[in-house]
Amino acid sequence: MLSVYAVLIDGAIYASWLFLVAAGLTVIYGVMRILNMAHGSFYAIGAYAAASLVGWYFNNGVGPVWVGYLMMLGCALAAGLAVGLLIERGLLRFMYGRDEVLMVIITYALLLILEDAMKMVWGVNPYFAYQPYAAMGRSVLAGLKVSNYDLMLVGVSLVIGFALWLWLERTHQGKVLRAVIHDREVAQAMGVNVRRVFTLVFVLGTVLGTLAGALTAPAISVAPGIGVEIIVLAFAVVVIGGMGSIEGAALGALLVGLSRAAAVHYAPQFELFVIYGVMALVLAVRPQGLFGRVLARKI
Amino acid sequence: MNYILETRALYKEFGAVSAAKDVNVSISKGEVVGVIGSNGAGKTTFINMVTGYLKPSRGEILFNGQSIIGRTPRAITRAGMARSFQVAQLFPELTVLDNLLIALAGAESPFPSLLRPLRNEGRIARADAILGEFSILSWRDSKVTAVPQGVRKLIDIAMALIGDPQMLLLDEPTSGVSAEEKTQLMDTVMQVVSRHQVTVLFVEHDMDVVRRYVSRILAFYSGEVLADGPPQSVLDNARVQELVTGGQRAHKRAKA
Amino acid sequence: MRLDKTELMMLGVAVVLATSGLVAPQWLVFLLTMALAKSLVVQGVVMQMRAGLVTFGQGLYFCIGGYAVGMSGHFLTISDLPTLLLIGVASAVALAMILGLLMTRYREIFFAMLSLAFSMILYGMLVKSPGLGSTDGFNVIAWTLFGWSPASGQAPLALFVIIIAVSAVLAVLLHRYGHSSAGAMCEAIRENEVRVEYLGQSPRWVLYMNYVAAAGVSALGGGFMALAAGHIDPEMAYWITSGEFVFIALLGGTSHVAAPILAAILFAVVRTYAIELVPHSWQMILGVTLLAIIVFLPKGLWSLLSGQARRAKAVEAKA
Repeated sequence: MLSVYAVLIDGAIYASWLFLVAAGLTVIYGVMRILNMAHGSFYAIGAYAAASLVGWYFNNGVGPVWVGYLMMLGCALAAGLAVGLLIERGLLRFMYGRDEVLMVIITYALLLILEDAMKMVWGVNPYFAYQPYAAMGRSVLAGLKVSNYDLMLVGVSLVIGFALWLWLERTHQGKVLRAVIHDREVAQAMGVNVRRVFTLVFVLGTVLGTLAGALTAPAISVAPGIGVEIIVLAFAVVVIGGMGSIEGAALGALLVGLSRAAAVHYAPQFELFVIYGVMALVLAVRPQGLFGRVLARKI
Repeated sequence: MNYILETRALYKEFGAVSAAKDVNVSISKGEVVGVIGSNGAGKTTFINMVTGYLKPSRGEILFNGQSIIGRTPRAITRAGMARSFQVAQLFPELTVLDNLLIALAGAESPFPSLLRPLRNEGRIARADAILGEFSILSWRDSKVTAVPQGVRKLIDIAMALIGDPQMLLLDEPTSGVSAEEKTQLMDTVMQVVSRHQVTVLFVEHDMDVVRRYVSRILAFYSGEVLADGPPQSVLDNARVQELVTGGQRAHKRAKA
Repeated sequence: MRLDKTELMMLGVAVVLATSGLVAPQWLVFLLTMALAKSLVVQGVVMQMRAGLVTFGQGLYFCIGGYAVGMSGHFLTISDLPTLLLIGVASAVALAMILGLLMTRYREIFFAMLSLAFSMILYGMLVKSPGLGSTDGFNVIAWTLFGWSPASGQAPLALFVIIIAVSAVLAVLLHRYGHSSAGAMCEAIRENEVRVEYLGQSPRWVLYMNYVAAAGVSALGGGFMALAAGHIDPEMAYWITSGEFVFIALLGGTSHVAAPILAAILFAVVRTYAIELVPHSWQMILGVTLLAIIVFLPKGLWSLLSGQARRAKAVEAKA
């Protein structure tokens, strides 16, 4: 019985982390039809930035703990804004309108470049910035010891998820975004500045990615390669949920999180296998994902 | 009576929109049937359903007496019904000849050969022959992207015809072509088609074009068949004039 | 089976290359052998590109080919080269026949990412398998050929000649396949899949055969790589490895069957120097070059991408 609770708790924690990572990916794809393979690198950049800064901060005992948390968020935001703007304005905007697979290859090239850029900036040795994680202590939940930091993560992802949903559904900007998601050309014909929307969305997606990385950094060892590992997972989540859907990303994250937790507890070797098994199952029944839209070709 | 194509009580709904309402059509072998109707009247939906691209909401479709509901375009093509498209569906980066050779190879066998070459004398001869019939042999070695619209429409039809189908459905064969070229294009098409002894059904907007070639007209409006019969009686039908052709006449009067 | 001009030329070049191995320095022979092994994997990538599909996970079959060779030698003490390679190809084909059922339902992005995912799944499983050496992998035993065991000095040259022979034969076969009805149908699918259905063909069937065949070809490359390097490890299934195959495929282009071979050799030569000079910037160089190819040499990529771009334009034109 304890094991089941462990799976549920672990699953929920993992799911919230996955959602944070996948949210940016699905938003960018939904609006821009670009599957950004470099999204994993954004996550990694956020993690590195947070880990190195926070690590320095705590190792030098500079100030109170809560400032450390603020720094984490701050550098995630800064890194996301900088990288997102640089890439969108500096590269991607010249490539719009090109074939979707070509865009994937372009983002793949970006991934290659960023992975080495990170090695150049932060070196190849792992960073451990555990202080924010440890500082929050632990609680006992259903007879199991759970880190409060992980619980906070669940809270944060719920807040962000809700905020995103609210923004998309209730604000004017959100409506404009949904119009572009639905039909880019019609939106443009109705006067929407699609270019500006693209920049906004891409930077938003990037920041969500770096934020996810920064928030996760204290819980993991930040080393080269973490970006690629998560892109494979984030993709599964986005596909299960339906490309471009926030609700889908949430549900997909939950499904993946729970199945992964189950695998880790009962058959760790098949972790990825189980996740992709779930994805294959969903796709077999609903090829466009749970909340995805079918785009039929007109002839 | 053996009909080559029959639809019975065919319906198609897209949510609240009815694209086909109780369509009952029986076409005999050898007929040349024209389909008219304004945009959105359900003509392309009809062709899409009959060729398996869309599944009807309810009703029956029989080809040579056999039900083809639920069968794929692939199966229906192999059964002997071929079609051309409103926007010519070709292989843009390949040559015109290759387009036809592929169509021919496709018609010959459902399982294309893994080693034997696409280009062989027999196939090339047949492709050249049909290109000659359509008078577009000079475009043989050009890439489709370099070919003008009118020629593309002919290639589209040639690809459907080269497989020796029993029935040919042409979806607006002259669309996208300038008014002056329309008649000539249609002349070419109908001449070739009549030589091949196929049953033909074609969608067309221009009444003069339709009148020249058909022995029967189906007039669609809002998903229903408004009238079905010999050209003159359909075109003289008051409702047809009001809902389908009226606009055209006014347009022509204004031009004159 | 009469050979045409191209095929005769390729066989001729193969003979020249093989004899040059007798006078070339050891390191060059080794480099070329590895490059040829990689080129076989790239042939598998190119086969799929011609059908309009970009695979980011061909490392899966590369790895299977290599591990089949390694494991057969290690656990079953098989050392006969043809048998080892055959086991590798058979294993890859068996897996591809299963995965192909899922993969052929998807195109473009889905196909690309699913292929990546499956190769990473294998990577994960291998890394977590202590019995197979986990991240270290293990060594491949020396090979024999129908009982003949080459002396330690002879083996590299002998393998070089063998791989040239196999690559040449495969090049001829792939040349034929490319010009066959099936090969043309692959290109047609890339250009306009709906039309292919309306020609009475099953795109899924054609793509399935293509996918399975490509897996077998790539596994052959993996097997040879294992024999040439004498070592296998999970890196073979890592995304970076698969990315290199895509890079080489794009570099060479899809129009000629010899292109992957030339591109692989070029790549191997450049890589050797780059890794020496700037080991931690190799990915970056690849990335920048890839972007450069896309921006400045779209022709090489055009035949791959024209199909989808046309389709999109056709839909827009209609709307």
